[in-house]
Amino acid sequence: MKIDPIHQFNIEPLFTLGHIGNHTIAFTNSSLYMFIAVLLIALLMLASGRDLVPGRLQSVAEISYEFVATTIRSTAGSEGMKFFPLIFSIFMFLCVSNLVGVIPYTFTISSHLIVTAALALLVFFTVLFYGLYKNGLKFFKIFVPSGVPIYILPLVMFIEVLSFFLRPVSHSVRLFANMLAGHIALKVFAGFVAMLGFSLGALGWVGGVLPLALTIALYALELLVAFLQAYVFAILTCIYLNDAIHPGH
Amino acid sequence: MAESHGEAKGQAAGAHTEAEGGHHGGTFPPFDSSNYASQLVSLAIAFVALYLIVSRIALPRVGGTIDARQNKIEGDLAEAQKLKDESDAALKAYETELANARANAQAIGNETREKLNAASEVERKALEEKLAAKLADAEKQIATTRTNAMSNVRGIAADAAGAIVQQLAGVTPDANAVNSAVDASLKG
Repeated sequence: MKIDPIHQFNIEPLFTLGHIGNHTIAFTNSSLYMFIAVLLIALLMLASGRDLVPGRLQSVAEISYEFVATTIRSTAGSEGMKFFPLIFSIFMFLCVSNLVGVIPYTFTISSHLIVTAALALLVFFTVLFYGLYKNGLKFFKIFVPSGVPIYILPLVMFIEVLSFFLRPVSHSVRLFANMLAGHIALKVFAGFVAMLGFSLGALGWVGGVLPLALTIALYALELLVAFLQAYVFAILTCIYLNDAIHPGH
Repeated sequence: MAESHGEAKGQAAGAHTEAEGGHHGGTFPPFDSSNYASQLVSLAIAFVALYLIVSRIALPRVGGTIDARQNKIEGDLAEAQKLKDESDAALKAYETELANARANAQAIGNETREKLNAASEVERKALEEKLAAKLADAEKQIATTRTNAMSNVRGIAADAAGAIVQQLAGVTPDANAVNSAVDASLKG
């Protein structure tokens, strides 16, 4: 019995869609799970009722609506509600795909850096372009914190600029690394159970109780992380957008 | 099984065979650049579709439901407040009416009592007058009766005196002398 914790991240093309340059564009298992996530969100938001007293499904839809709306209002103010559809899409996409990804034998979209990086860059460029469009050159105030003595201002500005351009990196790597590491850890501990059982027989199965308990605990943690990382990604998006809406703090 | 399946698919995809099976000491899947293009295209399609669904249909729909509920609750609260105000006003009107009625009843009672008192007073006076008249009549009758009786007593006394004198003296006395003698003794 061989543990292969990396196998779960394999991209497997299901069928080829076409070619762009010398790249083959295939419909992969990742694509499948992306569309599953979109479908689940659409089902949740559109198939739920519109009753005065909501049922369970409708409550979930309304709670997610209110949850994202409250997050935006508290971090970016009521002007941030302009980006409600964007932030709601990002949050729900990540939350649903992460939660689907925790189910055994499924694929986790955000365990691939290219996906999280694409979303982080989408946020980065939205912030950059909206900030410049709305505030013009005043947008660059975000690099000049108020109340900093003039002699250390160049240093602070350098750090601020650097951190601004490193945002997409930290934004994407945080989500990617969390999902990747969590899934590897789960697979490794779950693999221990089978490995002990198959190599040591009855004694191994008894001994396997320990890694099994650990797997269950880790699984609960991963459920939390799946939601939490989606929330962190969304709230960071709000905070970055707040810079574009209100530069100069 | 899944691995060989993946490799078969990889061969079908042509140029990416090595990359697909690459985790056996090859490329770590998340850092395998050969499938970046596929993922980016899928992500773009899926996310744009999601964005359109969310912004055009889902959020207005759910937001509309929440707003409708909010309006309904506010409307109901306003309605309840209105009804409460109305019932308060009705209660106040009822209490005013009740106080008026009570005052009226008191007035009517007082008036009736006074009227009855006056009537009974008049009756009492009339009765007293009648009784006084009767009393006066009775007294007058008593006086008359006594006078009569007194005059009868004189006659009887005179007769008795005449008879006594006759018995004692053997002579019938003069009636006038007896009368004057009786009168004199009655006076004395």
